[in-house]
Amino acid sequence: MSDLDLLHSETEEDLRASVRALLGDHCDPVAVTRMYDGDRFAVDGLWKALTDLGLPGLLVPEERGGQGASAREAAVVLEELGRTVAPVPFLTSAVIATTVLLESDSDLLAAVAGGERTAVLLVPWSIAATDDLPRIRSDDGVLTGTVTSVAGALEADLLLVPVASGDGLAVHAVDASDAGVTPLVSLDMTRQLADVVLDGAVGTLVLDDAAHAVRRAIDAGAALLASEQVGIARWCLETTLAHVKVRKQFGRPIGGFQAIKHRLADLYTGVESATAAARYAAATLAEGDPDATIATSTAQAFNADLAVLAAEEALQLHAGIGMTWEHPVHLYLKRAKADQIALGRSGQHRARLATLIGLPG
Amino acid sequence: MREELHDRVRVFLADHDPATTERTQFLRARYDAGLAWVHFPIGLGGLGLDQALQPEVDRLFREAGAPDNRPGANTIGLGMAGPTILAYGTDAQKDRFLRPLWTAEEIWCQLFSEPGAGSDLANVATRAVRDGDEWVVNGQKVWTSGAHNARFAILVARTDPGLPKHHGLTYFLCDMTDPGVDVRPLRQITGEAEFNEVFLTDVRIPDDQRLGEVGEGWKVANATLNNERVSIGKAADRESGMVGVVARTWRERPELRTPELHDRLLRLWVDAEVARLTGARLRQKLSLGQPGPEGSAMKLSFARIAQQLSGLELELLGEEGLRYSDWTLVRPANVDFTGRDAGYRYLRAKGNSIEGGTSEILRNIVAERVLGLPGEHRVDKDIPWKESAK
Repeated sequence: MSDLDLLHSETEEDLRASVRALLGDHCDPVAVTRMYDGDRFAVDGLWKALTDLGLPGLLVPEERGGQGASAREAAVVLEELGRTVAPVPFLTSAVIATTVLLESDSDLLAAVAGGERTAVLLVPWSIAATDDLPRIRSDDGVLTGTVTSVAGALEADLLLVPVASGDGLAVHAVDASDAGVTPLVSLDMTRQLADVVLDGAVGTLVLDDAAHAVRRAIDAGAALLASEQVGIARWCLETTLAHVKVRKQFGRPIGGFQAIKHRLADLYTGVESATAAARYAAATLAEGDPDATIATSTAQAFNADLAVLAAEEALQLHAGIGMTWEHPVHLYLKRAKADQIALGRSGQHRARLATLIGLPG
Repeated sequence: MREELHDRVRVFLADHDPATTERTQFLRARYDAGLAWVHFPIGLGGLGLDQALQPEVDRLFREAGAPDNRPGANTIGLGMAGPTILAYGTDAQKDRFLRPLWTAEEIWCQLFSEPGAGSDLANVATRAVRDGDEWVVNGQKVWTSGAHNARFAILVARTDPGLPKHHGLTYFLCDMTDPGVDVRPLRQITGEAEFNEVFLTDVRIPDDQRLGEVGEGWKVANATLNNERVSIGKAADRESGMVGVVARTWRERPELRTPELHDRLLRLWVDAEVARLTGARLRQKLSLGQPGPEGSAMKLSFARIAQQLSGLELELLGEEGLRYSDWTLVRPANVDFTGRDAGYRYLRAKGNSIEGGTSEILRNIVAERVLGLPGEHRVDKDIPWKESAK
């Protein structure tokens, strides 16, 4: 495990540059802010541009219609998406739903990888891999039930539905148009949630005996969410640094005051640490390393809180400006706080670690 | 490369059976074979290889039952004096000092800090005055770990009080057996005397034991300190260091567990694991030749986590934590951060945020050199040292 590369390769940096350039053209923070005013913003245009880059199929092998890249590359994409709080369903469709589909031999995978369809695993966004999985009732393939607070459901046209199957769990595919999808006013409108009601929708079996695959998908999401959190935190640090270098009070830049320098030195230390944690989680996932579960929960236990701290520090050090609707820092605070609850709170990940590492309570 | 290195070690061990070769002879031969520190140049204990290969070499020797070079007793020598002599020494200095340094035939200490020059290290008042081919040194140093066991010291002294404080310093290699060197134990909060005060009275240092140019002492000292911070922040296997000690106690003593301590322990376990990964990532960066002041950030994490863990351990032990093993004054040969008992660990860890640069100074270094924030206001930077307020 000590041999895993925790740095970014040249290929990964090239990918970063492409994604960053594209986001620079298509993901203006002013437009993102407008999502809170009921304007759905041109999400489709942005997602289309990312699709042209092949991102929906990043984790899918070439022979199944994807790019054949690994979790390491997906992590870099998420760092960039975090930096811009981009309102796209990459994590929900290209990572979580795709991880489920990779376990099946369904043709739907190719459609999702190619960007013709966008999928979502129908679970609450706050779910941890250790939680009970939601189960929709199936009556001969006719599905009934409700799943609340689903991220990525609004963007998806394909729902992957965990369905009770005897004592176990199966996953059925349902066309989103056959479900009732109700948008929710969400703390993080850049990843807006929805309640999904199935009332007689007809499902197609995608995967039987699917409990393990679904938990693994949730874990893959959690592992890579750590990289999104790095992106958020790094943006907060860099933006705040730029601000304190020019903002003057008492006749000098506020970044020259030791009280502020020390807070930013601590934040830098935290961001560097979060980067190492996220890299290790991505590397173990990419390698199928047995340490992946510990790495994932370690990264979530650390990065979820660090991203929130970074956004809170950014807001405080921007002071009044940070409280305004015009300054984008609030977008990062809302995303960071929602991410802290997403896919298991840090406390849930610590509780899981206690078992994994043999430190019981 | 790795295979070839393995072969070299195998051949060496076949020629020098650790079971029958005398310790010092073995270590000298290992140095001469270039297997001491593989990243050093050929002829100076190394093979000019990637530093990342070193742990593997050490592991192979350890597994063969080879004697080690007592790294715990010579941390200053191996971590600071060695790299600095390599970077700034003359050929004669490298030939004279590096081999006995590595074999631990000669232990080193560091004569940097003074009563008036701790965090403000450039403020040293110890004077070195040129007298022919020698320098005559007078002054007082403090917080000198291991001076009572040291054969040599790296020393920063003021050679020109008429220059601003950073410019009038020179770096020397000081012979600790000089009759003018007086080492006195300085007892610390643990009860032991790991530190010393060192009084220098007309100590004579030949000019060929000057490291770097006259007046370049600050630059050379910074090279030393960067090495120190990287080496102090070193992480290794999971649960190494303080977290391993506390985790073991937790596992072995279920009757001590409480929910509140459990949550704190898990938070610190995560912090320690992430710090370990950060250290591993930093070393990967360094092996690609991207050095920098980032080691300071590592040391900040290391100090905080060690202090919080050792504090938690005392609370976990409860009644037992109220006791202490031994207040007798001893002068240990090396610092045992995680040894002895929980009370010792708690008290000793308080030094982690002071030694090798206080956490406050390290935050300034990170803020200024990594993040590019404005420097502190300095009233004494550009005036002659002798005219600055003391």
